[in-house]
Amino acid sequence: MVKEIERYGIPIVHMATITTISSSVGARRILPTVAIPYPTGNPNLPDVEEHDLRKSMVERAVNALATDIEETTEFEE
Amino acid sequence: MAKKVIYYLNQFFGGIGGEDMADFEPEYRAGEMVGPAMGINAASGDDCEGIGTIICGDNFFGTHEEEARAFIAKVIEEEQPDILVAGPAFNAGRYGFACAGACSVAHEAGIIPVSGMYEENPGLEHCQAFSWVAATANAAAQMRKAIPLMANLVKKLAAGEEVTPEEDSYFAQGRRETVLVEDRGSKRAVDMLLARLNDEEFVTELPMPSFDEVDPAPAIQDLSHATIALVTSGGIVPNGNPDRLQSASAQQWNKYDISSYDELKGDFYTVHGGFDPVYCNEDADRVLPLDALREMEKEGKIGKVYDLMYTTTGTGTAVANSIKFGEEIGKELKEAGVDGVLLTST
Amino acid sequence: MKLEQGLIYIKDVVGGSENAVKDGVLTVDVEGLKAHLLEDPKVKAVEVDFAKPGDHTRIVPVKDVIEPRFNFDRVNGFPGMTVKYNECGNGRVNVLRGAAVVTIGDAVGFQEGVIDMWGEGALWTPFSKTYNIVVDITPIDGVDPHEHETIVRMAGLRAGTYVGLAAENATVDEVKTWELGPMKEEAEKYPDLPKVAYVQMTISQGLLHDVYMYGVDVKEIIPTWFHPNEELDSAIVSGNCVAACDKITTYQHQTNPLTEDLYEQHGKTINYIGNILSPELTTLDGKFRNCDYTAKLCEQLGADGVIVSEEGYGNPDSDLVMICKRLETRGIKTALVTDECSGWDGTSQPLTDTAPEAVAVVSSGNVSKVVELEPADKVLGNLKAAETVAGGWAGCVGEDGSLKVELNAVIGATSEIGYHNASVKLY
Repeated sequence: MVKEIERYGIPIVHMATITTISSSVGARRILPTVAIPYPTGNPNLPDVEEHDLRKSMVERAVNALATDIEETTEFEE
Repeated sequence: MAKKVIYYLNQFFGGIGGEDMADFEPEYRAGEMVGPAMGINAASGDDCEGIGTIICGDNFFGTHEEEARAFIAKVIEEEQPDILVAGPAFNAGRYGFACAGACSVAHEAGIIPVSGMYEENPGLEHCQAFSWVAATANAAAQMRKAIPLMANLVKKLAAGEEVTPEEDSYFAQGRRETVLVEDRGSKRAVDMLLARLNDEEFVTELPMPSFDEVDPAPAIQDLSHATIALVTSGGIVPNGNPDRLQSASAQQWNKYDISSYDELKGDFYTVHGGFDPVYCNEDADRVLPLDALREMEKEGKIGKVYDLMYTTTGTGTAVANSIKFGEEIGKELKEAGVDGVLLTST
Repeated sequence: MKLEQGLIYIKDVVGGSENAVKDGVLTVDVEGLKAHLLEDPKVKAVEVDFAKPGDHTRIVPVKDVIEPRFNFDRVNGFPGMTVKYNECGNGRVNVLRGAAVVTIGDAVGFQEGVIDMWGEGALWTPFSKTYNIVVDITPIDGVDPHEHETIVRMAGLRAGTYVGLAAENATVDEVKTWELGPMKEEAEKYPDLPKVAYVQMTISQGLLHDVYMYGVDVKEIIPTWFHPNEELDSAIVSGNCVAACDKITTYQHQTNPLTEDLYEQHGKTINYIGNILSPELTTLDGKFRNCDYTAKLCEQLGADGVIVSEEGYGNPDSDLVMICKRLETRGIKTALVTDECSGWDGTSQPLTDTAPEAVAVVSSGNVSKVVELEPADKVLGNLKAAETVAGGWAGCVGEDGSLKVELNAVIGATSEIGYHNASVKLY
């Protein structure tokens, strides 16, 4: 799905936990996430911390959209 | 009743002439089996009956493809054959392309397309998926070997018999059929490992797939005016799953208006069957982070969260389906002027 | 370790007032079984029914399948789960071979599978050939999903042990002995045979996606070596209700065909050095850790060859090829067993991840293959549940009771431990 959307020239960030799969299937901008059942959350954290975590991931993801890349890139912390 | 077979040949094999006759306009010779058609017809047994030969110049097919296809389609409609046999084209590129075209017309007409080509013939990829293309040598000198291969395919397919790429020497169409076999899987695995340990031959049952590549799309220049869309394969749907998205092996995608929501918590949940849903159902932003993106919108860090979110279920979903979903969703996003996408996967 | 299985071949099952076997006919004390399961205060209701090979019976939604047994030389039951911890894998156990306890009941909204006892459907599940004691378990109201799963799982295991009481005094038809000594001794006995280990991957990903060994939730462990007999003697239990087609039911752990077939070769063509449990986790770090650890264990044990079986599909495909890559780069030859998701027409990409090192792969079938199943005379459970299981969809249940589902929904259809005969052929 990621690749097909990218083909339209729209930058897309794949926010996924198993980033090895993302890069195998050809996603270009990859943001590693927390775990399969909660990619953008962490129920083990208190609410406020969980929210901050999510916010920072989404900000990083959005910034990845504004970053020119030549090859597959993981946007880690 | 014998199955009716119609043949397709180029100007050369049709006996019209060489390169100088490559612009030859298509013609149909009813009741006449020309050149290789005669050989294949003779070798394909009594249950197959050749009813005629279409001959068309290769250049004509290349330059007037629509016209040539229409001609073939008309002959098929009038003569009602069960099988169309094109070629063999060996490694002749233009002929291979024309044979692929003839096969594709036959396929669209719902009849069986058979051909013969060399593995590097560029026409092969245009018809391999829906035709039975016998693997021939690269030059016409090997016609004697090609004829029985094609005749065998014609004979068996006409009789509705099973053919396999290994037994019947055709290029696999790429359909992976689930079958029940003699030995259970564990035994086959042990045998395969033993073969490897003893340096004996073995055949893998699942050759590794290869994935194509796409160039990275250019970056967004001005985030503060950018519209960002949310897409997920995490099976996020409004409570009640109004469009009945499947829990696995999705056959559909859905879109929902999220313009009036600041977060997904409470109003959305997951139907995805591939992971523990409890955490997501407490707060769906854990899978699709609308809350955080909405805040960025309010803070002016991005222009806008796109009004619609797109969702499907990723688990066990055929790659062909996910490609289709991506194409359809991407088209909508492009038309809506979306500047960037966050796609979450579970 | 030495495990002696006294096999009692079951050829029919009937209800009665005691648990006993006579001339291959298993009698189940149905009222006793119900009362036994109702001893758990969280079980509200229990229904018991039978489904036999050839019956026009459909069972849905199936949660787990358990082989009824009686252990003589250790505490009887599932150590660490239904009874206190005891080491599994030694001594005598009697087995009601051909009988199976099948648990059904709605839990957590979706999941689970179908068993048809006849026709097309029977071809695709190994449990159409067993005499099934079908136990429908309803928990008390107000339990949360995790609790619900636990109640149903435990009731199924306890039912297996209860029905297994019939094996205690039954006449044994055949005795099978499973014996494997310490690695050093076996290596001295068979110095020239290649050492082969079996890596068993298990889904370990949370609610309805867990597996237990001696009661330990294996998503909490580091990959570990274990003796093949332990699994054959009920140490591993399914808490796993992912796709029905390839989840390893408790029954399939108890009779793990890869373990059995490797045993068969031990001392002849290979020196079988044991099994490794490798949990499939939900974090990338976890996957890296477990895949490295698994390969390291195999290397340190001196394995020349390894069979790796997957459980589930999707993200575990990644674990599978990562383990393969790590083994091959250490010079250890692998054979993998997996199923594939090649779409309804079989033309799609079969796996979600790939590695060039994976050259020897057994395919146990396409989970997306669609099968059409005629209406049953009798449905045990809830036919409508088929619409929400993995592999079903809204409208897949016909008005006449017919069913159109992917193999996904059929219990054991594409077993990745090779319990079934499905494969894939390229056309």
